[in-house]
Amino acid sequence: MYVLSAIVALSLLGLFLGLLLGIAAKYLKVESSPIVEKLESLLPGSQCGQCGFAGCRPAAEALAEGKAAATMCPPGGSALAEQIAALLGLDLDLSDVKEPELLVARVSEATCTGCTRCFKVCPTDAIVGAPKQIHAVVADACIGCKKCIEVCPTECLQMHPVEVTLRNWRWNKPTPLFAENEASGAVC
Amino acid sequence: MLSFFTKPRIQGGVHAEERKAATATQPIIYNFPLPEKLYIPLQQHVGKPAEPLIRVGDKVLKGQLLAYSQGMISAPVHAPSSGIILDVNDYPAPHPSALPIRMIVLETDGKDEWMTTKTIADPFQLAPEDISLRVGAAGIVGMGGATFPTAVKLNMGRENHIDTLIINGAECEPYLSCDDRLMQERAEQIIDGVRLMLHGMETESAVVAIEDNKPQAYLAMQAAAMPYPHIKVIQIPTRYPMGWDRQLIRYVTGKEVPVGCRSSEIGVTIHNVGTAYATHKAIRHGQPLVSRVITVSGGAVASPMNVEVPLGTLISELFSFCKVNSEQTARIIMGGPMMGDSLPHTGLPTVKATSGILALTQNELKSTDEQPCIRCASCVSVCPAGLRPLDMANNIRINQLDVAVDLGLKDCISCGCCSYICPSNIPLVQYFKYASGEVAARQQAQHKSEQTKRLIDARNARMERIARQQLEEEQARITAKKERERLKAAEQEALT
Amino acid sequence: MLQQITNASEQPLISVEKTVSEYLLLLLGTALVNNVVLVKFLGLCPFMGVSKKLDAALSMGLATTFVLTLAAMTSWILEHFILAPFSIQFLRILAFILVIAAVVQFTEMVVHKTSPVLYQILGIFLPLITTNCAVLGVALLNVQEKYGFMDSLIFGFGSAVGFTLVMVLFAGLRERLALMAVPALFAGTPIAFITAGILSLAFMGFAGLNTKM
Repeated sequence: MYVLSAIVALSLLGLFLGLLLGIAAKYLKVESSPIVEKLESLLPGSQCGQCGFAGCRPAAEALAEGKAAATMCPPGGSALAEQIAALLGLDLDLSDVKEPELLVARVSEATCTGCTRCFKVCPTDAIVGAPKQIHAVVADACIGCKKCIEVCPTECLQMHPVEVTLRNWRWNKPTPLFAENEASGAVC
Repeated sequence: MLSFFTKPRIQGGVHAEERKAATATQPIIYNFPLPEKLYIPLQQHVGKPAEPLIRVGDKVLKGQLLAYSQGMISAPVHAPSSGIILDVNDYPAPHPSALPIRMIVLETDGKDEWMTTKTIADPFQLAPEDISLRVGAAGIVGMGGATFPTAVKLNMGRENHIDTLIINGAECEPYLSCDDRLMQERAEQIIDGVRLMLHGMETESAVVAIEDNKPQAYLAMQAAAMPYPHIKVIQIPTRYPMGWDRQLIRYVTGKEVPVGCRSSEIGVTIHNVGTAYATHKAIRHGQPLVSRVITVSGGAVASPMNVEVPLGTLISELFSFCKVNSEQTARIIMGGPMMGDSLPHTGLPTVKATSGILALTQNELKSTDEQPCIRCASCVSVCPAGLRPLDMANNIRINQLDVAVDLGLKDCISCGCCSYICPSNIPLVQYFKYASGEVAARQQAQHKSEQTKRLIDARNARMERIARQQLEEEQARITAKKERERLKAAEQEALT
Repeated sequence: MLQQITNASEQPLISVEKTVSEYLLLLLGTALVNNVVLVKFLGLCPFMGVSKKLDAALSMGLATTFVLTLAAMTSWILEHFILAPFSIQFLRILAFILVIAAVVQFTEMVVHKTSPVLYQILGIFLPLITTNCAVLGVALLNVQEKYGFMDSLIFGFGSAVGFTLVMVLFAGLRERLALMAVPALFAGTPIAFITAGILSLAFMGFAGLNTKM
């Protein structure tokens, strides 16, 4: 007797709750995760592939799923890593992460033939030049994706680190001698 | 009783040991031997660097224009002595990094010959705009260390209708006494410079503020200002950093400059006594800024003194004149010990901002053995800007820079009071300088990221437009061809 | 109809209407004196897991409040209209968990829709409210103490208020702890537990607070 009423009661309860949840799911449906859209808008969008993903959209999707670290985008640097971490609520320990050295391309004028192959592939139009004229890279616009290096027939394009001048020199962080506590990066 | 409710006139600050006795009691030395080479940076001021108009090999006279100012905020550079231009190239800058900046190297010929200068009988007949023009042409910048072009400040003062000009004779940094000696020995010239500034800004009155640890300077300036009732000379309490403009304005006028605003917006402007003296020389005698008085002091200096040197003198020459023991020197500082820059070596030149060069021994320096913060909050009570250094530094240490910015990192003036007072020897100011640099770097990265997006979008749009145009041309060609064929077929039909 | 419903031992279920001040005292007592986290030691998992940042802790507290109040109500209704009349009280825990899971799922959907960022921040801890022993504990305590409907509601809500209060306090403390130079051995979780223990001691001081009229 009890067994029957137990079975009936629980089944009915389960069905009823399931129905309610089903109705709720229809009204509270979330289309595409707006998180992915937001992440994609944060990323540079140059599809350079330095993060290891096929482009900025797949990288955003991987970030949303937690499959990629917040520090994966070299052109974005630590500023972007912080923004991604803030959006996803991740604990970010930037002190361990080495700032990825931003490299910019430079044309070696001695060997440039003016073939124009490089500026056709540059995603940010950072290379200026004309056919049979020596090309030059506008370092401010270069994002270091290396697409130009792949197509250059004379290998006159090389990557160089950004030059440190009085304008972009920065103070280093003071390093205390007492043992750095792990509180900042500790995981519960 | 009422004072209980009014805000205190002095916020924070520390009373550091003055250590000025070694240099403040002797007169300024004027017989500094002329160096063989002078290294003159093209940027000794806030704003755009000056652009050279001389070439290598040119012969120049003392005071001759070497580089002209560029843009609204800039200052020209003049030859500190007569000689030949050796080079215009990159040399190490007087900066903690000693990274190169463009300099003019002048080889002196020993004659120290002035160019022809005009002495003006009555400069008060000149129009106020003319005063600013001459001050600008003389390359005068803020001599207290800020190096803001004085002409621009005078013009801003005139436009904003300043009612009080404050002359900063505080010299609150320990060791430094160049302004003290200047006020004692050249009080009349300084007051003349003040009068010229008042005329240039069309301002009624001026107040000269002198810290009370300089009684002779006060007496000298008071005597010089006696014939001019609109120039008051007052004494202010000795407390670092009384010379900070907001602190001084708050003490002298009782008004507080709001965060993010300039002092001219509340009708006050400040100039250093050295700037007033340079203004007098420029307007009365037509002499541009080519030299300045520098305090050389510190435990490693055998003959500490105040000495007038031509700009561009290498610190090594200064040190050999003052008999500095390089083995005892643990740190070389340009400026004062609280806010000055630590220089890596002596092969760097003195510039318009150099109020002092210190050679400090190890026991004059604070211990660098950083201990954990004990939250004693001494730093909070000494901060003149009313910030919370301990919270800012603790957040910076764990890389929460946005929290530090929210706590007021941008208002920190790097005065060093907090580092000075910290019992745990935490280098607080270094944390703030690091954080400011890091925040600036991230903003630049943000800009670059946005710029990259714009460039990529523009390129994609261009590519699409080109593709569309090609498609349209293709379509047009096809339709034209069809049209021609149709016509041909029609003609043929007509013939048959 | 209502008067006729009694429990097995023929005691009236709907207790005499309490005054508003009595309800307020019950709320205070539940939130502070019998605090669900620091005195009863229930719901420690989200307490330690989500209390690193103040915003996340507050959001978690509010989500748990929603779940607890709703769960307390529905489980009371379940007990008195289904389990008791059909004498299947042995299914109590099963049925309660079913209801709690449904409520949490609903809450998850609401949070996902209204604030995807919050959804991302809370992560796995949002569905884990199902296993929060505070929720089941409050539902079972309501039955044990033989509370009426209003009392159960207040008890559930009060427990949740206490939970949120403690979450926020503890998050504030942990944010401060992260700034300090804690010795390496204690850094992170150990010092957090020690702090929680001290906080618990402080809350036990409320034991002397008289919340019964």
